[in-house]
Amino acid sequence: MNWLRVREFVRKEFIQLFRDRKNRHLLVIAPLIQLLVFGYVVSTDVRDIRVAILDQSRTRESRMLKDALDANRTFRITHYAGNSTELEEILVSREVDLAVKIGPDFTEHIRRGDSSPIQILADGSMSNMASVRIAYSSLVLDRFNRNLIRELYPERIDYGKIDARIRTWYNPNLDSRNFYVPGIVAFLIMLISLLFTSMAIIREREAGTIEQLIVTPLKPVELILGKTIPYIMIAQAQMVMVTVFAIFWFSIPLQGSLSLLFAATCLFLLSTLGIGLFISTISATQQQAMMTTFFFILPFFMLSGFVFPIANMPLVVQWLTYLNPLRYFLVIIRGIFLKGVGLEILWPQLLALTVIGLIVFTCAVKRFRKTLD
Amino acid sequence: MTTSGPDVIHVEDLEKKFGRFVAVDRISFSVKKGEIFGFLGPNGAGKSTTIRMLCGIIKPTSGHGVVAGHDIFTDAEEIKGSIGYMSQRFSLYEDMTPFENIRFYLGVYSVPLEEWDDRIEWVFEMTRLQDVRHRLARELPPGWRQRLALGCALLHRPEIVFLDEPTSGVDPITRRHFWEFIDHLARAGVTVFVTTHYMDEAHNCERIVMINEGSIVATGSPSKIIGEVFPDRADADLNDVFIRLMARRNE
Repeated sequence: MNWLRVREFVRKEFIQLFRDRKNRHLLVIAPLIQLLVFGYVVSTDVRDIRVAILDQSRTRESRMLKDALDANRTFRITHYAGNSTELEEILVSREVDLAVKIGPDFTEHIRRGDSSPIQILADGSMSNMASVRIAYSSLVLDRFNRNLIRELYPERIDYGKIDARIRTWYNPNLDSRNFYVPGIVAFLIMLISLLFTSMAIIREREAGTIEQLIVTPLKPVELILGKTIPYIMIAQAQMVMVTVFAIFWFSIPLQGSLSLLFAATCLFLLSTLGIGLFISTISATQQQAMMTTFFFILPFFMLSGFVFPIANMPLVVQWLTYLNPLRYFLVIIRGIFLKGVGLEILWPQLLALTVIGLIVFTCAVKRFRKTLD
Repeated sequence: MTTSGPDVIHVEDLEKKFGRFVAVDRISFSVKKGEIFGFLGPNGAGKSTTIRMLCGIIKPTSGHGVVAGHDIFTDAEEIKGSIGYMSQRFSLYEDMTPFENIRFYLGVYSVPLEEWDDRIEWVFEMTRLQDVRHRLARELPPGWRQRLALGCALLHRPEIVFLDEPTSGVDPITRRHFWEFIDHLARAGVTVFVTTHYMDEAHNCERIVMINEGSIVATGSPSKIIGEVFPDRADADLNDVFIRLMARRNE
């Protein structure tokens, strides 16, 4: 191995990469825009629930119920329906998220001491959101019931009860952005390193410049280093850029160690660059490489736990996720960002990344050398 | 122009098969140091395959071959430091300048750093590309790019240069300059192994080998070959020889 050769190769890669104005934008501005857009878009928080009410009772109690909903900052009563059909139409037209129907004998039941049913209709087409909204409305109704009981039976002696005091750790406000933004960082790093490595090698083949390289004393290992080192540097630079942006723009806390984050990124890159190399050996044109990259990226993304929890997947698919480097890197990056945990907790993930990375990279290099002959 | 140095390329019964197709059929020849050696033949005759075997790019199927003192079967990697290669198609980086290309190949051939400045000046002087050293290669006319490619192939002062149809697509003036330069190289002791389609150019070679369908059909100096093929025609030239020999095989 001759480091002069590797150095000049890396310099050449950088010259070519940044000579193309499109690449300059792609490497610097695109990740920021993606982070910005995704950071705002990828949110599963339920902050605003629009409610339509059909009040057929029109009593003090039904008004109390409406007030209880309105007083909660999450709920917003936007429509008052005149009859059941109108209420359903409002829900169907997606103008509201929940429809509450208070029947004509609502108050009579309460006064009699019976439980009084009300109907809550939720738009279940987005099942996740619907269940969160339903849970929120039960919370409000529970509180309403307690107030009602206190009012109706003022001298009732409470017996001891459980008072659950819930604290969420690591993400005290349950801000879904804190969960997703580190994931986006990981995903962007993967996308760029995978795509650019494979393209960089195929470009040489397409242009015929690889032929000139083969007659030089340049060794395959030097060629591979020359093609991967620039992307390790770029991926790390992007990591810095995107991390700084995540911290200062989105106020994502970075609790853990930066150096561990960069070490973990290096291990992660071992896999992605390996796959990039592999793609370059099976694609003839840059277009093919691009298509193949997306073929790889989609399952990596879906089976990583980025959006869909791995625990919810069928068992066989869960086993598959163990092969996915992004799965481990997500645990690491979220652990470092949100929990501030270190090597003592993350070592299994780091070990898995190392093993997968080494295997993938070695196989890719072997295959790559064969295609050179 | 007589040379009687030691052999720098020696090939015996060299054969290359791709599956059942015989691209090069047990050819033997040798090239002496400082010689301009022409390798002539129609498209698909096996010229490029032979060059690629001699440069250590592909492994021969059988036979023997030594290039610059290294065995092409066992020492293919060692050959690469002693030879320069210029392919038919421009295969330097079009999105880089001549200066950047030269610098890159100085690095790839691991020329000692302290010699870089001298070599860079030497190449620019030789190729007369000083004025465009910072223009992108893609913006240069084909003839200039050929000169750059040749310059890059000579940067590491190789013993042998392989030029695969170096003058295809180049205007006659540039071609003449090119051959003057090749002459100059040979005088400096560099062995030049050149393939070409242009028979007028082949006259510049001291010795030529004509190859057709993987086999050698004629060897020797241009005048010797002409004399052998057309003993009774004084006005015959290499073009006639080429057409005659290649036609014979295709019958």
